[in-house]
Amino acid sequence: MARAKRKPGGGARKGARTALLVATRKGAWIFRGDAARKVWKAEGPHFLGHIVNHLVLDPRDGRTLLAAAKTGHLGPTVFRSTDLGRTWKEAAKPPAFAKAPPGGSEGAKGRSVDHTFWLTPAHANEPGVWYAGTSPQGLFRSEDGGVTWAPFSAINDDPTYREWMGTVQDGTPDGPKLHSIIVDPRDPRHLYFGMSGGGVHETTDGGRTWTPLLKGLEVVEGFDKSTPTFHDPHCIRMCPGNPDRLYQQNHCGIYRIDRPSDAWVRVGAAMPKKVGDIGFPMVLHPSDPDAAWVFPMDGSTVWPRVSVGGVPCAYVTRDAGKSWRRLDAGLPRAQAWWTVKRQAMTADRGSPVGLYLGTTQGELWAGANEGARWACIARHLPEIYAVEAAEPG
Amino acid sequence: MKVLIPGPLRPYTKKRLVEAEGATLAELVADLDRRFPGIRFRMIDEQDRMRRHIRFFVNGEQEFALDRALAPADSVVIVQALSGG
Repeated sequence: MARAKRKPGGGARKGARTALLVATRKGAWIFRGDAARKVWKAEGPHFLGHIVNHLVLDPRDGRTLLAAAKTGHLGPTVFRSTDLGRTWKEAAKPPAFAKAPPGGSEGAKGRSVDHTFWLTPAHANEPGVWYAGTSPQGLFRSEDGGVTWAPFSAINDDPTYREWMGTVQDGTPDGPKLHSIIVDPRDPRHLYFGMSGGGVHETTDGGRTWTPLLKGLEVVEGFDKSTPTFHDPHCIRMCPGNPDRLYQQNHCGIYRIDRPSDAWVRVGAAMPKKVGDIGFPMVLHPSDPDAAWVFPMDGSTVWPRVSVGGVPCAYVTRDAGKSWRRLDAGLPRAQAWWTVKRQAMTADRGSPVGLYLGTTQGELWAGANEGARWACIARHLPEIYAVEAAEPG
Repeated sequence: MKVLIPGPLRPYTKKRLVEAEGATLAELVADLDRRFPGIRFRMIDEQDRMRRHIRFFVNGEQEFALDRALAPADSVVIVQALSGG
């Protein structure tokens, strides 16, 4: 495929300060860091009482924020700020499925977006273009900075994809989701996304056609791994330092793929057996494609989905998954039953890299020096759904 | 006619009681959306279904059909149903 030349990866802009964009079950907050990334000042709440699934800064202008929101009573929407959250305007046309023709069969009944779950700014050469993933699974695109949204590609209504999306029972407890929308920095037509459930999918023609990318991935015992419906990628990330390499934290392990290979390798097999390789988030180093972090959770028996043994810890690999090292300095030593959701752990682009995570108990933690030492930035927030590290302009 | 707006939708209307017109509930909601852009989609989904936790009452009776006819003297109350913590 034709790919524009663009240097992948790269560090933080000189003089840029990190801001943490924190989306929670009851609103959103922005935590602004000092130059040393040690002192954090809270701004917010924004949209108090709204369920905010994702808050994302447009890296192309450093000023535009999009927030995916709904409330317990009201339908989903997207809020947009062009002044870093000082003022907000609602999208004129939030993501919504096409209206079904009247009189369709039960299976052909139209779907409605319950919430927008994931926001991804498009390619650097496509200013103002964004992608959104929803629950139930849908893929949407905006070409005007998030003001109006339209279904993107044919997958939302494609009979095969609809079958692969499965039913509500095949999704997460909070509804099946389309997430991990990834844009190749070398080619705006080369995209990936994940569905829980529904697997990993790739297009190289700007969304005209999609292909499942499932080889090597496990599914829950007893299910057919050739059926995309049974695949549950929790979080997929592309290496900023090498866009041919992706990692994913899956319901059934941690995986890496090196394109053009179409086979995932279970690099989580090298995790300690007592900890396992189940979790939600997947975090990658901004320039070193061999470095990645995970935050394991208990996926045994009835799937408690909390820190293994009540002792939270991150694990890092520096050799592309051949080995993993525990990073728990500063984290609670016992009786801390956290969950860190798939969007709630991230890395900044500083040197050394700073890690950040938000917990289901409403704590925001920073892992300085690439996770070597953890410190709590904030307590008593609502349940945290997403944390993004951004560099406002 | 007068329409009572529930708390979660007052960021759109800025007041609890507003004026809107329509020969049916659907037309009334469309008129509300013209006056207060975006308010309809928070109440009615893209398949024209009332959202799960929004309720419409006409003259004190709960209504589930958007084609319910309205008269100018009718009173419409939009209510937020319980939706948990």
